[in-house]
Amino acid sequence: MRYWKILALLPLGLALGGCNLVVLAPSGDVAAQQRDLVIIATVLMLLIVVPVMVATAMIAWRYRQSNQSATYTPDWDHSTQLELLIWAAPLLIIICLGAVTWMGTHLLDPYRTLGRISADRAVTPQDKPLEVNVVALDWKWLFIYPEYGIASLNELAAPVNRPLDFRITSSSVMNSFYIPALAGQIYAMPGMQSRLHAVINKPGVYRGFSANYSGAGFSGMRFAFHGLSDAEFASWVEKAKASGTQLGKSEYLTLERPSANEPVRYYASVDGDLFRAILNMCVETGKMCMSEMMAIDARGGMGMAGVRNTLPLAYDKFAGRGAVFGAEPSFVAGGVCLPGDQVTRMAEDSSPTVLAPLDWTPLQGRGLERPGLMRPSKASFIPLPTSKSNS
Amino acid sequence: MFDTANLTKLIFGRLTLESLPLHEPIIVGTFAMVALGGLALLGALTYFRLWGYLWKEWFTTVDHKRIGIMYMVLGIVMLLRGFADALMMRLQQAIAFNGSEGYLNSHHYDQVFTAHGVIMIFFVAMPLVTGLMNYVVPLQIGARDVSFPFLNNFSFWMTTAGAVLVMCSLFVGEFARTGWLAYPPLSNLSYSPDVGVDYYIWALQVAGVGTLLSGVNLICTIVKMRAPGMTMMKMPVFTWTSLCTNVLIVASFPVLTAVLALLSLDRYIGTNFFTNDFGGDPMMYVNLIWIWGHPEVYILILPAFGIFSEVTSTFSGKRLFGYTSMVYATVVITILSYLVWLHHFFTMGSGASVNSFFGITTMIISIPTGAKMFNWLFTMYRGRIRFELPMMWTVAFMLTFVIGGMTGVLLAVPPADFVLHNSLFLVAHFHNVIIGGVLFGLFAGIAYWFPKAFGFKLDPFWGKMSFWFWTVGFYFAFMPLYVLGLMGVTRRLRTFDDPSLQIWFVIAGIGAFLILLGIASFLIQIAVSVLRREQLVDTTGDPWDARTLEWATSSPPPAYNFAFTPVIHDNDAWWDMKRRGYARPLTGFKAIHMPSNTGTGVILAGLSTTMAFGLIWYMWWMAAGSFVALLAVAIGHTFNYHRSFHIPADEVVSVERARTELLVAGAKS
Repeated sequence: MRYWKILALLPLGLALGGCNLVVLAPSGDVAAQQRDLVIIATVLMLLIVVPVMVATAMIAWRYRQSNQSATYTPDWDHSTQLELLIWAAPLLIIICLGAVTWMGTHLLDPYRTLGRISADRAVTPQDKPLEVNVVALDWKWLFIYPEYGIASLNELAAPVNRPLDFRITSSSVMNSFYIPALAGQIYAMPGMQSRLHAVINKPGVYRGFSANYSGAGFSGMRFAFHGLSDAEFASWVEKAKASGTQLGKSEYLTLERPSANEPVRYYASVDGDLFRAILNMCVETGKMCMSEMMAIDARGGMGMAGVRNTLPLAYDKFAGRGAVFGAEPSFVAGGVCLPGDQVTRMAEDSSPTVLAPLDWTPLQGRGLERPGLMRPSKASFIPLPTSKSNS
Repeated sequence: MFDTANLTKLIFGRLTLESLPLHEPIIVGTFAMVALGGLALLGALTYFRLWGYLWKEWFTTVDHKRIGIMYMVLGIVMLLRGFADALMMRLQQAIAFNGSEGYLNSHHYDQVFTAHGVIMIFFVAMPLVTGLMNYVVPLQIGARDVSFPFLNNFSFWMTTAGAVLVMCSLFVGEFARTGWLAYPPLSNLSYSPDVGVDYYIWALQVAGVGTLLSGVNLICTIVKMRAPGMTMMKMPVFTWTSLCTNVLIVASFPVLTAVLALLSLDRYIGTNFFTNDFGGDPMMYVNLIWIWGHPEVYILILPAFGIFSEVTSTFSGKRLFGYTSMVYATVVITILSYLVWLHHFFTMGSGASVNSFFGITTMIISIPTGAKMFNWLFTMYRGRIRFELPMMWTVAFMLTFVIGGMTGVLLAVPPADFVLHNSLFLVAHFHNVIIGGVLFGLFAGIAYWFPKAFGFKLDPFWGKMSFWFWTVGFYFAFMPLYVLGLMGVTRRLRTFDDPSLQIWFVIAGIGAFLILLGIASFLIQIAVSVLRREQLVDTTGDPWDARTLEWATSSPPPAYNFAFTPVIHDNDAWWDMKRRGYARPLTGFKAIHMPSNTGTGVILAGLSTTMAFGLIWYMWWMAAGSFVALLAVAIGHTFNYHRSFHIPADEVVSVERARTELLVAGAKS
């Protein structure tokens, strides 16, 4: 009888036609193929799930105690044929599903360049991908367009039917970059770059957001994704260029401080090195880039000299750092001479170019004032280096 | 030498008056209620002079049955807390639309969903599962107690100590705001400088000691203490699943302990295991915690599978179909559960080959699980099914769990996971398997074994009320979340901008309310059953005409479980004994050697709690003092030579005679 309740859910399923099941009706080719896989996998499994549910209901009903006319075999507990069947049936389904999975996973690997624009149109050499660098900040999204030298905050735009090549990182904590209508999500991780290839096929405004909880302002970490015609996209680029705002490293350091529900902003020009610096966690002047560190390590490292190559931390993101029993907070100083490295300052040089802290006041918790009560913000907070010496 | 500020800091660490959440009216209100309730309880205990009784008979007990019951009580109490969190989330998500911030700020809401996950897994599901295993396994294998009775008591109190720390975080300081697995970098000191994550770490570390030791204990019990004749392939299926569960516990909990230890090193002494820079790798944490986390899922579900096997066979009046394949399926699941952890983060961007490997291993787990499902089905086939409460839960499980299993396999397809990961679809999936699988199993188990533990059945009317509210409430609460997931809604959101979503959250909220009624009915059921215990009494010790050994003894069983250790000839041992006309021995009783009660477990767990509290608040004197005391008490306990005693033969004779009289009286009426 519980079976009937499942049936009763059917009209509800029909009612779903009225709402926007974006995952099942996306507007980008990658998401559409992912949707197809969802449906294929579901149908494959329903082949076995529906019979099991029907059989459960029927057997439960037929062999109820009050039905004394049903056969009763209290000692029947084995049948080789049935055993074969019950292991083989799921196995066959999983073999099919496994094959589909293997192919689908490789074909829809987010790192793989697109092979087609849509079901009936292959990518040609003329379809030059639009590269977009995505930075997840606390709690907003920065999109840098290296091709145009512009950037935008909390708004993403792309021309329809042009392959998109996203390079994604994060400034502080992990997020997940997700536009359901466009393509599946991929994590945005600090100090790491993930990739996503996708294409939007229909013009429109779509939702984008972070799909991995990242702290207090997470709910507001949304942006609009505009699928535009080529002409509209050109004018969108012009609009950004007309904004007149610059995004250099110091502007970025201000921008990356935690804030929630930021309005859309455009940047007419962007420091060409900014994304590389964000990715390598060396936007602050004087910090060694991870790429440099890894290059040094790849050549065997600096030995004990490397241990001394640190500078006291003047400013690290927005939170106090340094564990209670840990060493004084520090960072690996840049300025080790490497071939091709532009930075020449020596590590020991306490040069005035080390960025002064933007604000010494420790922020509450993850950066936002606790709503409800304005409390002195220094409560239950690890003191910054300067106030640490009194213990 | 010190000025006042330094002295205060030395004594109280970072605990200040401001750490108390006096500015959160909801918490203050909760505290007032809890304090009033607690005072009333303490007053009542004092008034009825129950302290001595509780201490002597329960807190210090080493009897696996009483420890099992205490685990169940802990799980049910924590269920109320965890469910209160669930209701708060549902209410927040149902109203936070159209620019409304809802009624919870992010500081509070983020703690609520973290606490909900942590409590439900570690302090509800785990104690309930461990409690049932503790109670039932020694009885099923014909043992007098577990292998290490004192360790058992200690394990229970360590689990309780973890729960106490989590509860403490509600009123002193705050809990983690990181999600239930506390991924770094968010859980690093840089981004979570407050005490929340420290509460999380130490609550889990303390409780983890209990879980691990209890796992060792039960493995040893099952391997070494089976009644003569009970070979491995004659063990009841619940004992088999318990064995596999405890193997999983022993193999996976050290990973959790290690990964949390590394995180605490990052937080306390400034190492860089999981930091963003200095070579730290947050994704290593994510890997490690899921190497524990995925087996954990099977730690919860395997005992539930065992319960369903016992229940199906008993209430169908039929031998379990395919016992051997059931056992092998359990073992295969145990092994495979270590090969799938990466499916929790396909979206990290590992290559397609890695992702498809883990996707396909995940799907393979559905084969033994599917085989189990068919085995239950064929056990019911040509049976005489009695739809008592445990069987109702089982059928509801079979219908619900296949849906959850299906969505689970769907999520194991990496490209499908890319669009559904972290969405409410995922949330619906794991509630579908944890409620529809673990919780339904636990309720079936509670209804099934309650008469064994207390000598009277649970009231069927309120049980059915609870059953229907839970199942209908489940579908109302979680089917909308599947829909929302397909609408591209992600989890852990506090506010929403799309008004068309609201109706689904409202439906889910109604579902949560129905589940509330289900929980209330369950509590009423217990109260009503206690009041009506005269009518519901079972004198036979075998109220369900069951098949396994625990039903051979009286209900509740005597402290020594079996006056004579039974000899086993069949995997349905008691069914076999009944059929062959087994006669209870009435003479020849001897004195029985039993372990003595000890309060050391309570003291050690108490000291662990204060040590953890000291570490959380940087009260180093308290942490160090507790640690030294902990060592002293542990060493001191090794000099306690009053470890065991003999139940005199006379007492055994009188207990058994009382049972004989009961049985005779029962047979006459």
